[in-house]
Amino acid sequence: MNQTRCCSNYTRSQLLREAAAQAGSGLPQIESGMPDPAGTGLTRRRFLAGASGLALAIYGASKLPISLFEEGIANAAQSDRVIVSIFLDGGADAMSLLAPTGHPRYYDLRPNLAIGPDAGTAFTEDPSLRWHPAAAGLSQLHSEGKVTVLPAIGYDSPNQSHFTSRHFWEVGELDTNGTTGWMGRYLDLVGSETNPLQGLSLTGTLSPALATANNPVAAVDGITDYSLWSWVDEPISDEMFRSFKRMGQFTSDSPALKQSRRAISSTNSVRETLESFDEFTSPVEYPDAQLGMQLSGLAALLGAGMPLHCVSVDADGSYDTHSDQATEFESGIKATCDSVLAFQRDLEARGLQDRVLIEMWSEFGRRPEENGSAGTDHGAAGTAFIIGSKASGQMVGEFPGLTNLDEDDNLRHTSDFRSMYCSLLEQWLGQDAGPIIPGAAKLVRPQLVRV
Amino acid sequence: MKAAKKSGRHGVTTYRRKRWVDSGEGIVHKKLKVIRVKGSRKPPVKGAGPRPLPRGQRPQKPWKPQPFGVYKGEFGRIEATRLLNRAGFGPSPGQAEKLARLGMKKAVLSLTRPKGKSSLIGKEPVDQDGLPLAPADAWGHDHLWWLDRMVRTNQPFAERMALVFHDWFATSNASVSQQQQMIDQYWTIKSHVNGSFDEMLLDVTKDPAMLQWLDGGSNNKWSPNENYAREMMELFTLGADRGAYTEDDIREAARALTGWTYDWDDDLGSINFRYEPDDHDDDPKVVFGKRGNWEWQDACRLAVEHKLHPSFFVEKLWSYFVPEPPSKSTKQALISLYVKGGRKIRPVVEAILMHPDFYRGAAMVKPPAVYAASLMRSLKLTITADDWIWLCSSAGQQLFYPPNVAGWDDERWLDTSTVKARWLMVTVALDTIRQDAWDEDKPYGTTENTRQALNRALETFGWPPLRSEHQKELITMSNRIHGRITDEWQESPYRALRQNALLQLIAVSPDMQLS
Repeated sequence: MNQTRCCSNYTRSQLLREAAAQAGSGLPQIESGMPDPAGTGLTRRRFLAGASGLALAIYGASKLPISLFEEGIANAAQSDRVIVSIFLDGGADAMSLLAPTGHPRYYDLRPNLAIGPDAGTAFTEDPSLRWHPAAAGLSQLHSEGKVTVLPAIGYDSPNQSHFTSRHFWEVGELDTNGTTGWMGRYLDLVGSETNPLQGLSLTGTLSPALATANNPVAAVDGITDYSLWSWVDEPISDEMFRSFKRMGQFTSDSPALKQSRRAISSTNSVRETLESFDEFTSPVEYPDAQLGMQLSGLAALLGAGMPLHCVSVDADGSYDTHSDQATEFESGIKATCDSVLAFQRDLEARGLQDRVLIEMWSEFGRRPEENGSAGTDHGAAGTAFIIGSKASGQMVGEFPGLTNLDEDDNLRHTSDFRSMYCSLLEQWLGQDAGPIIPGAAKLVRPQLVRV
Repeated sequence: MKAAKKSGRHGVTTYRRKRWVDSGEGIVHKKLKVIRVKGSRKPPVKGAGPRPLPRGQRPQKPWKPQPFGVYKGEFGRIEATRLLNRAGFGPSPGQAEKLARLGMKKAVLSLTRPKGKSSLIGKEPVDQDGLPLAPADAWGHDHLWWLDRMVRTNQPFAERMALVFHDWFATSNASVSQQQQMIDQYWTIKSHVNGSFDEMLLDVTKDPAMLQWLDGGSNNKWSPNENYAREMMELFTLGADRGAYTEDDIREAARALTGWTYDWDDDLGSINFRYEPDDHDDDPKVVFGKRGNWEWQDACRLAVEHKLHPSFFVEKLWSYFVPEPPSKSTKQALISLYVKGGRKIRPVVEAILMHPDFYRGAAMVKPPAVYAASLMRSLKLTITADDWIWLCSSAGQQLFYPPNVAGWDDERWLDTSTVKARWLMVTVALDTIRQDAWDEDKPYGTTENTRQALNRALETFGWPPLRSEHQKELITMSNRIHGRITDEWQESPYRALRQNALLQLIAVSPDMQLS
């Protein structure tokens, strides 16, 4: 590849050359009996957003030639509205994010983990709650009216397995057999047959919430130095890579061989394309965090007019805090909220703020009563946030209080995640939720978007 | 090899000489052959001459999971290589041929029930500076220490089983933060791989690393911590969403498991792991509908005695060795073998290693640590650099650091970043083996032809069975490189670079990535 590129400018005409093929056949079943993550079995193919240097893995629409995707991306109308799902992995502690310092039982239930009555900032919509000091970024955006808080979101008969509860949220229904994500079904309904960027996972692998039945979606890898170093000098190395590439192209007699070939083929294509790549620049400074890095790339993609529609990414930190919760939680939430704040400022600087809404969620909240390890066990209701200039900024559902816990001593939910999805679909994406969220007719529609 | 001459009649001279014979499936060996030559003509070549290229591996035929049974088909170098790749860490040069000569059953048993003492063969591992490893203290040396055992052990099966159960009871030093405790857990697990699952589970339950990782050491009657009880059921013994247990079972089992504790020392970290009867919840509990004043051992016992445990166990164990799920009859037979055998692990593994699906079923991707170890074994290398820490880590598998309690995600073992890491593993491994194309004092020979070049490269790796399309591609590449030699000065260095290119591609080929 000797073509020159303008690396700070993501124009669609510069998009992508064919890279190779797939590297996997879906996501694994983690244990026998666990629900398959949505999207399991989808084939994956890869190609590259040349200008951005993003190596894309494409899922679905496996019969279409890669060249159609290039065209599809080039011709897709710039998406009007974008939704970004940020997942807090492990079951984030809602009672730390928004601490119920005004509830007398709080200090009994959380002798070690409670934050002080003056720590952080007050939550103006419910003075009995306070933002955790590490969530200052979110608190700031909330004070600007850009955060809709769902302080106790969940569903009936809460499941306390990480994998099962997360699955429910991903597929948008309480069904362990669901194979498509809630955003995936939306993209199947209104999306394009040829634009894989419409559903983009920033985590390098297919996000189950984006898993479609028909239309293609994509995952993006980070931008890295990608030289395959060896003891073979030019020009002999050209011959070596030619044969390496060929090894990726022969027929396969087993899924593992196919996987190996596709990975070889993709690896070689990424090598060819990323040999010379300059990084993009951001108009604002991002914190030194994984999420910040990914969101800065996302803002750049959006700024370049890439036809993105539904995006999925994981928050920094790991929230399954059974022990020594305080430090782990604090560092993860700080990195996450600071990244989100920087992203919002980035969007504002680029004039994109009215086109993007973030949905931040976790598979469940944690038990109100801390355990003996300065941690908390799996709980039920958790918290979710809708973030962006177009968020309604009005809390949905109240904090249920600590005196009326459920039969497992967990928080009761005062909003349902499926209701949240219905509202996002109808108020933000302009799409009737009926065909997408099972049982949508019976679900309420909280106001999540500014009218 | 000297040709023997016999006096002949009627002017026919008979020579007995050796020649190379490819008996199929890639087994090449020397055989005596009688050659008759008329008159006084001498045989053109004495001795067997250079070894020909082995026949390439043919594509596998589609395979459906078979009923339970013992594999009866051909057991050659290819099958023996698969056995060594999946039940160990790949062959050392010549090992597959040796194993193939034993026949399948004896070959399996020679691995699972080795005679003699286990030992580590070859040079002790050293770090970048040539110093011995400090597995308990230096970051990453725990990984190197175990990887070295995989490379140098004379009893690879037990080592591989330890890896299987390290993934099964996935515990990470990311949260334990004491390498010695991780190594202790390794020894605990390894001591049980030939014993019963019951005892392994009991010992893992009270293992210090596990007591910290899943908070069993902070679970007491005043504030029970459910973490261990839940994952024990969900990931270790029963499986989620199979109707095996309820949330109440988890809570009650967590109460039964109360009592383990430890102290914290600012200098030493976590110490003094012990069972404190005072911390134990002495009231009755109901687990899986059974009421009793259950102790921590009962919580483990009730889980393995649960009627849904054996099916979970055999399916999970099978998945480490065969990619497609077992047939119904196989699953049933393995369950009964497991239950009747008192939940012993080894007999079930042996049945899996002798099953037709194991030899004729689809290929599997080698886990990154297995790939690294097999690469070093085939090249007779030992660890001489810290590089193997970041190499394995970027390939997706740093030992003692599984990503979460569900273990490693083997679907992520081959993608653009992990294949790059595997490529670099090969580059690092070839450091001391590759040719220096530009060393004028030791120039590479200028007469080597294409086939000789490939032969030499294959021999370096101990003749791994390559698929025929790869073998052909390597010959094509060699020819193309030969075509690049247009000037006299290129004769030697280009041949040296060709050799390096062949070594690199053989090692990164799917043939060596898969088992």
